[in-house]
Amino acid sequence: MATVPKVDVGTDYKEKYGFFVPEDYVFKAKRGLNPEIVKEISWMKKEPEWMTKMRLRSLEIFRKKPMPKWGADLSVIDFENIFYYLKASDKQSTSWEDLPPDIKKTYDRLGVPEAERKFLAGVSAQYESEVVYHSLQKELTAKGVIFTDTDSALRDHPELFKEYFGTVIPPADNKFSALNTAVWSGGSFIYVPKGVRVDVPLQAYFRINAENMGQFERTLIICDEGSFVHYIEGCTAPIYSTDSLHSAVVEIIVKKNARCRYTTIQNWSTNVFNLVTKRAMAYADATMEWVDGNLGSQITMKYPSVYLMEPGAKGDVLSVAFAGKGQHQDAGGKMIHVAPNTTSTITSKSISKAGGRTSYRGHIKIYPGATNSKSFVKCDALLLDDESRSDTYPYNDVDAENVTLGHEATVSKVSDEQLFYLMSRGITRSEAETMIVNGFIEPFTKELPLEYAVELNRLIQLEMEGSVG
Amino acid sequence: MADFEIRNLRASVEGKEILKGVTLGINKGEVHAVMGPNGSGKSTLSHTLMGHPGYTVDGGTVLFKGQNVLELETDERARLGMFLALQYPVVVPGISMTNFLRTALNAKRGYDGKDKSKQVTPKEFRSLLKGELEVLHMDDSFLPRYINDGFSGGEKKRAEILQMAILKPEIAILDETDSGLDIDSIKFVADAVNRMRGPDLGVLIITHYTRILEFIKPDFVHVLVDGRFVLSGGPEVADRLEKTGYSEWAEADEPAVLKPEEVA
Repeated sequence: MATVPKVDVGTDYKEKYGFFVPEDYVFKAKRGLNPEIVKEISWMKKEPEWMTKMRLRSLEIFRKKPMPKWGADLSVIDFENIFYYLKASDKQSTSWEDLPPDIKKTYDRLGVPEAERKFLAGVSAQYESEVVYHSLQKELTAKGVIFTDTDSALRDHPELFKEYFGTVIPPADNKFSALNTAVWSGGSFIYVPKGVRVDVPLQAYFRINAENMGQFERTLIICDEGSFVHYIEGCTAPIYSTDSLHSAVVEIIVKKNARCRYTTIQNWSTNVFNLVTKRAMAYADATMEWVDGNLGSQITMKYPSVYLMEPGAKGDVLSVAFAGKGQHQDAGGKMIHVAPNTTSTITSKSISKAGGRTSYRGHIKIYPGATNSKSFVKCDALLLDDESRSDTYPYNDVDAENVTLGHEATVSKVSDEQLFYLMSRGITRSEAETMIVNGFIEPFTKELPLEYAVELNRLIQLEMEGSVG
Repeated sequence: MADFEIRNLRASVEGKEILKGVTLGINKGEVHAVMGPNGSGKSTLSHTLMGHPGYTVDGGTVLFKGQNVLELETDERARLGMFLALQYPVVVPGISMTNFLRTALNAKRGYDGKDKSKQVTPKEFRSLLKGELEVLHMDDSFLPRYINDGFSGGEKKRAEILQMAILKPEIAILDETDSGLDIDSIKFVADAVNRMRGPDLGVLIITHYTRILEFIKPDFVHVLVDGRFVLSGGPEVADRLEKTGYSEWAEADEPAVLKPEEVA
């Protein structure tokens, strides 16, 4: 029997997997997942003991929970072959000029500074698991708004942090929320005090930039009574040759009369497994809106949900998924009506091309006593060819009286009549197809800030290239 | 040879032969009307000329600028200078009329996203639109609306003619542009088309009724019955149809004159 050569994957990493920007890491964890690595992450971050214990407990839960089998095929994920923590830079930067040049170059390509110049209130950009760049406009601070990375929040606002962390999505919620709680790093933390309205969207730019790097960011947003905030995250990632895991957790608390909008555009490279748990608690007359766009990734499983906890709470999910060759977008939303007079809508738009697969998976639960609740679900699927696929899995549990529940689903193809019409005006077939697809998702796009809308239309155009015929 | 020459065109829909050999020459500066009863092949003619995928060409040629346009894609025909105003303009949700018109105009001018000099400037586009909207008695409130979405019959047809005015084709086919139009809309549409008439434009009006021909005077009128022209001549042919309808041809069943209920 041949002996297996001893390979130290940590040292030949650079030669084997070198990419655009040479790595210059302060710390690099080993591949794999065990209590020692989890403890090391917590130690590196100088965390309080309760967090270390919570991480370790979550790791146990992760180990015990079986892999979910009801959705996309996740059996190919090798959890022992992933780096769970990387830190690209020692210190936090507060101004663009202070950023290390390599990182700056990466962000230049992503257009972060331009976006900031235009209307950002603050930027926190995640580079290799750790937020390295963060700025916050003075007036926000003056209003008492906290917008920081989640690691800093644990350090600087320990009581606020501990009060809410893990309350919306406990570690035991599902296998991946357990994993995230065990190894989380980075993400955004926002606290908006009572009655404060944040008029400009707060944005974070996320990016995976190391091979086999899991990104496990953790976001926590607290909207106190009568407040308003719009948070935007956009993700892009370069293409690598081996699988990569992104498993985030987003927890949001929207108190009485408050409103929170959370906008995401994700464009992970097509080898990324994107398994995200997003959930909000909405209290009396509060409004929670998820605007969620998923392009890219190999498999995405994501069902933003709203728990409508008190009368008058309102939840919205507006999502778009684009699945190309070899991709499976399994997305949707969940609305849990706990209190009477609560309303929810889910609007899902999906596009499949070149054998790509989209699934809408939704759950409407109306508990006993949640009378006069209303829920409406609309999912529209657009298939660009015969080999692509779209499925709908709506689950409805209604245990209350006087409830209105509507569900509408359509599956369509790019129609010959529409193509002919646009082409009869001199527009090429591929441009006409792109226009029709962009028109199809326009109800989504028009909810985005202009720059993001333009970017999304451009991404669709890139995705559509080569889909002629 | 005419500027736009249809020679012995034969076409079928789902295996059924509809056009059985149509020959027609259109010169720029001329307005031709093709009239015929329902089912005579009028729409097949317009759609086949523009290359709709639901229509199969079984034979013949259509020569325009030295090319057999039957061999070109629909968008290539359009960029070559052909235009079809549809009888039933298609709704395309999510795309504004402005975006549509600008994209089409850029395509017509050969702008492919690279050579900025070919791109229509915002200023030029605005002034172009403004002038044409006035002629058609349209206000600019319809520009941000989605393509034909929620448009009334009259708005749709006027929007077709607006596209024609913006794109400035050399051969324009108007397919039943008068159907479903009230008398005011017909006048606005006719005014707009008459303004465009001239040595650079050949027009083919396809219609069941003679009404629109009162406003857009044709130079030639051709009667299409069962996939063939049975009569061609000057404007007097339309006058004759107005009196006798298509009854003198066997398969015809409807008068060419306007029924009272058609006036909406």
